[in-house]
Amino acid sequence: MRLTLRVWRQRDADTPGAMVTYDIDDISEDMSFLEMLDTLNEKLILRGEEPVAFDHDCREGICGACGVVINGDAHGPERTTTCQLHMRHFDDGDTVDVEPWRAGAFPVVKDLVVDRSAFDRIIGAGGYISVPTGAAPEAHATPVPKADADFAFEHAECIGCGACVAACPNGSAMLFTSAKVNHLNVLPQGAPERETRVLDMVSAMDEEGFGGCTLAGECATACPKGIALPSIAAMNKEWLRATRKASRR
Amino acid sequence: MALATRTDRRPSLTRSLWGSTVGKKTVMAVSGLIMLMYLVAHMLGNLKIFFGSGEFNTYAHWLRTMGEPLLHYEWALWGVRVVLLAAVVLHGVAAYQLSRRDIRARPSKYVHKRRRASYATRTMRWGGIILALFIVWHLLDLTTLTVNENAQPGRPYENVVATFSTWYGNVIYLVAMLAVGLHVRHGFWSAAQTLGMGNARRDRILKTLANGLALVLTAGFVSVPVAVMTGVVG
Ligand code: HEM
Ligand code: SF4
Ligand code: FES
Repeated sequence: MRLTLRVWRQRDADTPGAMVTYDIDDISEDMSFLEMLDTLNEKLILRGEEPVAFDHDCREGICGACGVVINGDAHGPERTTTCQLHMRHFDDGDTVDVEPWRAGAFPVVKDLVVDRSAFDRIIGAGGYISVPTGAAPEAHATPVPKADADFAFEHAECIGCGACVAACPNGSAMLFTSAKVNHLNVLPQGAPERETRVLDMVSAMDEEGFGGCTLAGECATACPKGIALPSIAAMNKEWLRATRKASRR
Repeated sequence: MALATRTDRRPSLTRSLWGSTVGKKTVMAVSGLIMLMYLVAHMLGNLKIFFGSGEFNTYAHWLRTMGEPLLHYEWALWGVRVVLLAAVVLHGVAAYQLSRRDIRARPSKYVHKRRRASYATRTMRWGGIILALFIVWHLLDLTTLTVNENAQPGRPYENVVATFSTWYGNVIYLVAMLAVGLHVRHGFWSAAQTLGMGNARRDRILKTLANGLALVLTAGFVSVPVAVMTGVVG
């Protein structure tokens, strides 16, 4: 396959960037999108040019490190991660635009790499459970109803890639935050911190400068893990419950 | 199992609501739903115009004597006005502040553009501004009668007919009612999500309800200018 790539190149956070055009051939349709970028980078290195910086790690769709906006879609045209997107979804001769996640809370570090540490700080505010150290507890000691386990598992699928923020017209992190809150809040292990978790994670999210939710639904369409829009309504319910309880104390 | 949980100090309910994006959206949802309930009542009341001048004007007078003899003349009406004013101010200020924040959260646009979200969703802000301007015009037209061609206090039937006998009256009201429909279509469903009532199972019914409400409201309101224009009411 031959492609015309237009890639966002930006030297560092403080230098303005621009789209740069590269023509590339010998792309196999079995390559992943990242392998296609590797091929481009090999050529750039041989030509003595700076390779395109992009994030990646597992390359099997589970770490959430990769992620670029391809032709306006976060992670490209298929509902999967960029590393799992195959070139067979493009046609010979296509022009493909590759841009970094765009959000005020995700500043560009270089080329296609953005700083997503805002997500880490949201997790730090409550995306965990406090457990005493020592021997692992007996698995049957804390029964979890099947429906709750399923609900927790659906939300636990979030890999923190940030596609939801990138797709949102408001740069909102509500889908990510709601996935994390719902995952833990429904489980007995998460119950002791149920109220502080949602209140603290939502205020951490606000402090990072993410936008608010206008229920546009772009996040859920972009999410490679199928976190659904009602996840946000479920977190709102938790937040209202916790706010009511806190105000009664 | 002894867990070290922190003692938790939280701001007051008002502070937590207004200080958080989720809370401010809750204020928008509640104020929006209050206005929506009022709009349904208002639309139904307007339909009395089809029963003639006598019945419509008597109904309009009753709005002022509502609640008597327990309440004084116009007290109930003023109660409604105060609630609506509070709702519209809270809704508008929250919308403005949240929109400012949302725009700041997405400072650079994508080079590769593509159409996002539905029409009703994308027009919430402009639609809201149209509604705010319309509310001012509507009050000047049929409440204070400042801009009304007929302007007879106590004769709302004749005043309404006068409004819809001008081309600009028809244009303003028709555009505004279309804006109401679009705003309610996304707004009602949104409010359900904001208040935590949405889930996968209920989504269909909530969307249907939102579309139904939007359609009934717009059709009900629009029927009045159309009736005057076609001579059914005059
Ligand atoms: C002063 C004029 C108004 C302005 C400036 C305004 C603006 C807005 C904006 C910007 C939103 C958020 C849109 C989004 O989430 O994408 C909104 C939501 C909403 N509006 Fe309005 N609006 C106005 C009047 C009204 C009226 C008259 C009603 C009554 C039907 C109404 C009902 C709603 C509802 C129910 C919501 C949903 C709240 C939520 O998402 O939880 N609004 N409005
Ligand atoms: S919710 Fe989906 S899109 Fe957002 S960070 Fe998690 S996996 Fe990525
Ligand atoms: S590289 Fe790990 S999800 Fe794509």
